[in-house]
Amino acid sequence: MADPILEVKNLHVHFETHDGTAEVINGIDFSIDRGETAALVGETGCGKSVTVKSIMGLLPSATIPEGEIRYKGEDVLSLSDAERHSRRGKEMSMIMQDPMTSLNPVLTVGEQMMDVLKWQGRPRLSLSKLVRDALSTGAKAEHRKRAIEMLGEVEISAPERVFESYPVELSGGMRQRVLIAIALLSEPDLLIADEPGTALDVTTEAKVLDLLDELVEERDTSVLYITHDLGVAREVSDRINVMYAGEIVEQAPTVDLFANPQHPYTRGLLESIPTLSTGIGDGIEGHLPDYTNPPAGCRFADRCPHAEAACHEAYPYPRRTGPDHATACHLFDGLPARERHESLAADPVDIGTAPWLAGGGDAPGDISADGGTDQ
Amino acid sequence: MSTKTSLPFFDTESAARKERIRQLKRGFRTFAGNKLSLVGLAMILTLVVAALLAPYIAPFPEHAGAGVYFDQASEPPSATHLMGTDTTGRDIFSRVLFGARLSLLMSGIVLSIAISIGVTLGLIAGYLGGTTNTVIMRVTDIFLAIPPTLLAMAVVAATGASLFNVMVAIAFSWWSWYARLVQGEVLSIKEDEFIESSRALGSGWVRTTFKEILPNVVSPITVKATLDMGFVILVGAGLSFLGLGAQPPTPTWGAMIAQGRNYVTSFWWIAVFPGLAISFAVLGFNFIGDGLRDVLDVEVD
Repeated sequence: MADPILEVKNLHVHFETHDGTAEVINGIDFSIDRGETAALVGETGCGKSVTVKSIMGLLPSATIPEGEIRYKGEDVLSLSDAERHSRRGKEMSMIMQDPMTSLNPVLTVGEQMMDVLKWQGRPRLSLSKLVRDALSTGAKAEHRKRAIEMLGEVEISAPERVFESYPVELSGGMRQRVLIAIALLSEPDLLIADEPGTALDVTTEAKVLDLLDELVEERDTSVLYITHDLGVAREVSDRINVMYAGEIVEQAPTVDLFANPQHPYTRGLLESIPTLSTGIGDGIEGHLPDYTNPPAGCRFADRCPHAEAACHEAYPYPRRTGPDHATACHLFDGLPARERHESLAADPVDIGTAPWLAGGGDAPGDISADGGTDQ
Repeated sequence: MSTKTSLPFFDTESAARKERIRQLKRGFRTFAGNKLSLVGLAMILTLVVAALLAPYIAPFPEHAGAGVYFDQASEPPSATHLMGTDTTGRDIFSRVLFGARLSLLMSGIVLSIAISIGVTLGLIAGYLGGTTNTVIMRVTDIFLAIPPTLLAMAVVAATGASLFNVMVAIAFSWWSWYARLVQGEVLSIKEDEFIESSRALGSGWVRTTFKEILPNVVSPITVKATLDMGFVILVGAGLSFLGLGAQPPTPTWGAMIAQGRNYVTSFWWIAVFPGLAISFAVLGFNFIGDGLRDVLDVEVD
């Protein structure tokens, strides 16, 4: 990758629970290039939010992620709390999932925006600075102007009024716009969007997503987009990482992924997207494995329609199945994605062509219309 | 992108101000919906005005201090002495008015101290959790286990009886209620998504607790403080009555009752009017507190 703004390497996160240690994130790798929008797609409970919190440093203090998270080349996990803190809000910013609960109900929109501008990622201000700020009306007026400008940019039609409003006085769509405005106030280089719009109705969601897309395009912001909806991911992202049970099972450029979905889970997800003509598909049978006692082999094996004996035994390291396409599945023959897996790849399990490719007709037709493989 | 501006005829600033005023009016209507809270408001306003203007409206302002006027000792209530005079001839009405100053001042100061300590500790304990929480809350529990009057008596006994010591003593035994109230509120608020959101936008724990969480717990604190104003007056009067408060001739209500209790059978007015003043203040604050609880919709106990 040319110049990644964020690189996650072999990230592990586990939580101590009453039933033992839950391996919630089990060695994921992905990276985001500057100005690129990457999506992290997966069903509820697959570890998307935990991944995001690890990046932002918002996990409960008892949980320490292992591995490497490189932001602009520097490993943020090895930084002190204060140093990480100074990056939040200034360099990386986040849009929360639920616009209804993500704004402080007792502060006006204006107050919340001014706070972000005033503190700009500083964990605390020196007393002299605080006093100077309190005395100078100039900075305040400037912040106010900037905040109102930002509200205008997210296409709120009466920015001054919204600036003075409490969150309860605004509709869901307005609040989502306000959240976007707040997240973009400090001109972050990396924006993490945790399922924005999920809590909104579809038409509003579409509008908000378009707007967000436009704004980050203008600013050349890199975005990590968290969603459970492949359809949304297709709209907004350049690159998709499909996540399942704490692992990334497939990563590919968006166009490539939709043209040639490889991992059975990705295919299942695609089949689950309801369309007007076909209705809701069968979805994927079963549910997520127990994190405290995950299967030794492929974590998806129990739900996989193509699972074979080998799938339950050997761990499927991600394999490079195309120039820029990696899949963690035994059914695909290819070079492992990372060198650290090289020894295991020396003798890859050769099980021939994937069953749905061999079978021909039974692959979901409309989604992988030109389902050619580049192997 | 074109920044959309508001419509020319829509003055947003004044509209926002109007909206604020409408909200206040709505709040007041809920408050006034309960007639008793209006009565309470009237009672307390009367008390505050009386306290502020005591030197001007008291018929005998010089009677507030020491003084002996044997020519008019122990007179029953009359047109000149609305509440009669005490055994040394001082006008009880004047002394009750000056007593209102002391009582309100004392509750105000006591609660300011108690709230500053209690709320700060409650916020820190609730937000940081873990060992910090355990230490702060167990200390709070110890304080809660001892009745405020008893604890205050012990402190005054140790430091000597004076109005200042009484205030410190009551504050010392009162902060724990606020610590517990606030800690409980913080526990539920800190799970809200806007807290995580503010952290993601770069707010440290100090700012998160004091800037984001504190405004969310102001309502229950306000209601509890209003209700407590009355109780602190009561405890203060109790301590004065026991001789542990301000020393005579300072006209505190409790001390006046104490003075009059020996003569209750012959000169009932000496003890009864200061007693009625205490009831008046406590009742008034309770009525207001109940009204506020309805408006702010909180549960304090």
